[in-house]
Parts: sequence; C-alpha cells; structure tokens
Amino acid sequence: MLSRTAANLYWIGRYMERAEFTTRLIEATVRLSSLSYGADVASAAWESALAVVGRGPAPGGPPNPHATMFNVCKSLALDESNPNSVRTSLAKARENARSARNALAAEVWQAINRAWLDVRDRTSPGGVQATFGLLEVLKANSRGFEGALARMLRHDALWFVRLGSAIERGDSTARLLDVKYYLLLPEGEKIGGTLDRDQWTAILETVSARNAYRLLYKDALKPWLVAEMLVFRAELPRSIVGTSSEVVELLADIGDRTGRQGEADRQARLRHSRLLDSDMSKVFSEGLHEFLKDYVAENGRLDAAISQQFRFP
Amino acid sequence: MPRKRAFDELWGTGGGPQARAGFDAIGTWLRDTPLADFARRQASAEAAFRSLGITFKVYGDDEAGERIIPFDIIPRIFTSQEWAKLSSGLEQRVKAINAFVADVYGPRHIINDGTLAADIVLGNPQFCIPAVGAEAPHGVFTHICGIDIVRTGPDDFFVLEDNARTPSGVSYMLENREAMLRLCPELFANLAIEPIDTYPDLLRETLFSVAPHGAHEPVCVLLTPGQYNSAFYEHSFLADSMGIELVEGHDLEVVDDLVWMRTIEGLVQVDVIYRRIDDAFLDPLMFNPDSTLGVPGLMAAYRAGNVAIVNAPGTGIADDKAVYSFMPEIVRYYMGEDAKLPNVETWRCREPEGLAYTLDHLESLVVKLVDGSGGYGMLVGPTASKAEIEEFRAVLKAEPDRYIAQPTLALSTVPTLTDKGIAPRHVDFRPFVLLGAEQVAIVPGGLTRVALEEGSLVVNSSQGGGTKDSLIMAPPRPNPAAEPVEEQHALPYGR
Repeated sequence: MLSRTAANLYWIGRYMERAEFTTRLIEATVRLSSLSYGADVASAAWESALAVVGRGPAPGGPPNPHATMFNVCKSLALDESNPNSVRTSLAKARENARSARNALAAEVWQAINRAWLDVRDRTSPGGVQATFGLLEVLKANSRGFEGALARMLRHDALWFVRLGSAIERGDSTARLLDVKYYLLLPEGEKIGGTLDRDQWTAILETVSARNAYRLLYKDALKPWLVAEMLVFRAELPRSIVGTSSEVVELLADIGDRTGRQGEADRQARLRHSRLLDSDMSKVFSEGLHEFLKDYVAENGRLDAAISQQFRFP
Repeated sequence: MPRKRAFDELWGTGGGPQARAGFDAIGTWLRDTPLADFARRQASAEAAFRSLGITFKVYGDDEAGERIIPFDIIPRIFTSQEWAKLSSGLEQRVKAINAFVADVYGPRHIINDGTLAADIVLGNPQFCIPAVGAEAPHGVFTHICGIDIVRTGPDDFFVLEDNARTPSGVSYMLENREAMLRLCPELFANLAIEPIDTYPDLLRETLFSVAPHGAHEPVCVLLTPGQYNSAFYEHSFLADSMGIELVEGHDLEVVDDLVWMRTIEGLVQVDVIYRRIDDAFLDPLMFNPDSTLGVPGLMAAYRAGNVAIVNAPGTGIADDKAVYSFMPEIVRYYMGEDAKLPNVETWRCREPEGLAYTLDHLESLVVKLVDGSGGYGMLVGPTASKAEIEEFRAVLKAEPDRYIAQPTLALSTVPTLTDKGIAPRHVDFRPFVLLGAEQVAIVPGGLTRVALEEGSLVVNSSQGGGTKDSLIMAPPRPNPAAEPVEEQHALPYGR
C-alpha cells in the first residue's frame, strides 16, 4: 500500500471519529443545558463543551457571555473556521476519502460523501428542534459509515481506518473526562445531587454508554464507577483501555501483513501493559487530571510514531 | 442559414413515426414509455451519480465546484453491422497512428521519402524533442486512443479528431451503462446488447502486455495529478476497477533510471505507468521545471527502457490538426490500403488552393487553428457576422499556415429527453481503442456526447453537453435449448 494512501485512510478514521464525538458532545450538552435551571449553569455546560474540543479555556475562569447554545452549536457543528467542527471534520474526511478512494469499499466512500453533502449547505443549527434534527442526521450518517466499514476486506486498508478511529477515540474520551472532572464537582454542590447526576449522564451520553453503565454495574450513577468504566473497562469501545488494546491489535495486524514492526508497536504495547497494571484507586491517588493529561500527550507521541513508521508524507 | 433536417439515428430522415430498419423495438419502447417515467428514471440516475460522486470540476467556477455531467436516459444504438464497419476502421486507424508515431520519433521514413513535409512534423509544437530516439517497450506508443466520430447519414461516418494523448470519458461510458441496466432493464431484456464491462480487464491486459522485457510480475500504476483535477473521478475509478495503485507524482521517485513507489513496506519498483497528466508536467527535469505533478528523472527512465509510459511521451503529434489533415495519406503509407474511416473534408490554408477556397467560402466553413482547442481562435462561418468574417479574413491572410478549414457538418441526431418532451439533439461518438503488445481491443461501446440545446452542435461537457449510453446490438444468436431446472432446497423456517 502507498504510504500516502495509508495516511489518507488513517485520517479518514480520525476525522470521522472526531465528527461523531463532536456530534454526541453537542447532543449531550443540549440535554444538560436544558435540564439546568439558571443561565449561568447552562452557559457553564456550553463552555465546558468548548473546552473538551480545545476551543475554549479550561472551566473555572470568568464566564463567557457568548457561550450560548446557538453559538456553541454553530461553532462545533457547522463553523468552517473551526478546524475541529463536524463540518470541517467531514470535509477533511471526504478529501482524504476522495484521494484514497480506490482503497475504500464503494459503500464507505458513499457514506462519507453523503455525510458531507448533508452538512455542506447547512449554515445555521436553528432552534432546539432544528438542532436535534441536524444531530439525528449527523448520528445516522456516522452509523452509516460504521456499517459501511463492515463491507471492507479484512486487510490493511480497513486496519488503517480503524487505527485512526482508535487513536482519536482514546483521545476524545480522555479530553472529555478531563474537562468534565473539573466541572463535576463545583464547590458547594453535594456529590450525588441533581446537577451531579445530570452531568454524569451527559458524559455517558457523549460516549454513548448510558445503557452500558447499567449493564456493567447494575448500580446507581456513581462518579467513581463512571470514571472507572471510561478508563478501565475494556468492554466499552470508547474506554481508554479498550482503545489502547485496539491500537495494539491493529498495529499487530498491519505488522503481520508487512512483515515488520517498529517504534509505534513498541510504544503502543508499553502503554497498554502499563494500563493493565493499573486500576482506578491508583489513578485517583496519583491524580486523575495528571493521568489524563499524560495520556493525551502520550497519544500524540504514538500518533507521531505511526506517521513515521509508515512513512506518511 | 436554413439547414435541411439532419439524419436521425432512430427515425432516419423521415422524422418518424417509422423507425429505421432494425430499430423497431427501440422505436416501440420510446413510444410506449410514458414521458413522466423517463423523467423519473433520469432524475434517479442523476441522484445516483451525485451520491457516487461521479463529478467533474469546472475550472474557474468556484460556485459550482463539482458538477455532474447531465445524463440522458434515451440511449443511442448501433446495429452489429454498423459496429463491425466502425471497429474495423478504428483498428486500422489506430495501427497507422502508432506506426506514424514510432516512425517520426525513430527513422522518419515518411519524411525522408517526401510523403510528408518535414515542417509539418518537426516544426510542430506537439513534436516532443525529448522523446526523439526513445524506443517504447514493445514498440507501442499510442496504447489508448479515443477517436471522435461524427455521422451524417446511414453509412456516413467521419473521424473528427484523433485523441492520442490521454483521452478521457471512459468512466462515463461504464457508469452510464450501470445506470441504464438499473433503470431500463426491459430494454436489455428485449434487445441483445453487447456488454462493455470487460473494458477494465482489457485495459489491464493492455498495460501488463507492454511491461518492459524482464519485468517479473509487472507493477502497473495510474499516475494522476490528484483529486483537484477535473477527471479525478475517472482516474480513481479506473485504478480501482483494474486493481492497480492510484499514485501522484510525489509517490514516485527515480533512482538509477528505475522508477519506484513509496509504500508502507518501503520502495517498490514500477514497470508501467498509465499517466493521466500531460507531457509538459511529466518530468520537471525535461519539461516544465515548475511542475510538481510529475516525477524528476522519469524521461531518463523511459529512454533507458526501464518503464513503459502509457501513452508514450510525444503522441500529441498524432492528434494535431495539421497532421490530422494528412491522415488519409498516413493510413495509406503505413497500412498499404485506403482509410476505411474517412476524415472530415479539410482544406489546409498553408496550400494556395486551400487558402483560395477557404477565402471564397468563409460564410459556410469552420476555420480552426491547427494547434488550438476548446473553440479558441476559430471562426464558425454560418453563425458569424459580416464584420467578424472580414476581421478573420485579414487574420487568415496574415498567417495562413496556422489554419485549416472544414465544412459545417449536419451531425446526426438522437431522440433526447428535453423540457419540451422527446426531441432530436445532435451527437458525436468517442469509442476507445486499446493497442497492446499483441492485439488491438475495442470494447463494443463508447461515449456518446449530446448537445442539449436545440440545434446546437457543441457537445463539450464544460459547455452544457450531456452524455448518453451507447448500445451495440449483438448479432442474432440461436436460442439455447431449454434444460430442466433443478429444484433448490427451501430455506429453513424457525419459529
């Protein structure tokens, strides 16, 4: 496979995943902000959504009067000048898909193209109902893409797409948890209060894990358990340990095919075995924030090692 | 100027309602299918094309960005006899073109023995000096030709242009057929139509057949300028259907006159390059030094015989309009027989008689620059004003060498779905001819382009032209004897 094609496929995975994550983040935040009473609480929800995708300061600073539902939805979903908006992500995914089209199943290209066409002419999210309508379309298109991937041959092209997805997914889960962790325990708010429960629910919805939590824990929402699920439960596709193990497996599949392994394989295995040796109490005692910050940084180094190992242009 | 009714390929010159001999079935189909049904099917085809991303880009047109080429649901049909005649003419013409290119970059017999004036070839802007003396692997230079054919009557086919560089449009031929099979299955059930889906296999065979000697399991690639090129869809479509890599210039590099591509496993040697970029961008060391689309050193690798370039550099000499006017002589020279497909009558203004005739008949002629394309610097006599004609007369007298003149042809028409119902529209035809090391292959079909405006003769997609499927009827075959069909096991039922 051409190195350029491999890079295209990897970035298709990353951008499609980014589009889906951002969509779910908006959806969960719409719900959270409409459940909250008081403009400042709603606004804090939107500020934190911006922070998760690196478009705003970490929570705790002075309130941002522009962080309204309409503005943030527009910025995150449709803004062309936001390099991580759903629209920009889909446009970039499509550019990469166009370039690597012969490595993709026709259904995959069509799914990406359709996802792009559906946002291309949208300029405003509109009111709440229209926003939900838009989000439904975006989510359906993400599912269409995932379904189409199942049509791909089980070989290196699919593995590069999924490698991009796995790297991106681990990254977003860590970012989400990091930002929300701060917000979750505002001063004076009793743990286990209404706001608290809504916040945790919003997190679970962002990673589409509301039902998963009930299935895995059969317990009321407890912050400790939610954090544990997102970091350490391999059954959850978006958990940090789950994506980390997927990265190891995908790199091994590619290595079997090309007959060689490299720095990326080494880093990925090292990271995964460290995670397996750890647990939630260790992470809490050393600081969840530090753990997540290190994880995002390490993920960046792994991304660079992948680019180098496969000679991405 | 009043023009007599053009020959219609379905209704003949009568204008209906009686279809030409052999076309009754299609005539009935056209009459019996409700107009709304055609419109619905056509809209559905266009929606499918957009969803597949079968688009082309219009340069300098940001607003539109990517457009789809309008598709017309009513196909154009040739009988097997018409096709047999056409394809034997095409084979002859393409063999002659290849022999001509091999000759002018090699021994130059045709010039040395005075059949063709030296300046027609050597003084031609299309003559590619870096290709002089290069021997293409297996002696094949013009592997893929798109020969533009026009028709004026039941038996009157003319070659309008020979595209011997990098002819495009074959993906539309294939996708149009896919759409027709889906949307008008009854047509294929009632008529025996030759299949065209073998084209990618034939092309693949052609490419592999010209790999340089000694290449073990040859590696073929398709070289594209990238996704912003107007024909990128076609490039990716062809690479995909042949199962070869779609590469850009920076995916390749030349080391010691060998061509390599960069892969996730390291460098892999390339034997055959189906290039879809022009000569001028092929190799910045030899041609345009600013080109980032090509591969530095590629011409040296080609001249060393280490890589086949499809089509070979310099084949543009064969589709130049000045050379075109000599094609009847060129065919006779290399094939030892008269051209089976005639040229459109052409007057060369470089010759005194040609110039005199042209100046006397400017009102009825089309006068073209020999090295022009896209309709620039040309005069269409019948639609030009008096002032335009006089202005052009002065230009022509000043530089007669640069011009040729042709009559305005009454191009044939084919019934087409328009806003006002089904009406005749003018068409041309581009079949694709493949020349490999061993054989010539012509897939039974081609790209029919249609001028959608009433009376218009301009079929270019950039100027509002559309496309149609082109069906070749198969010769009649006896029915195979009916055999008893074995019973299939029924599907199991659960709860």
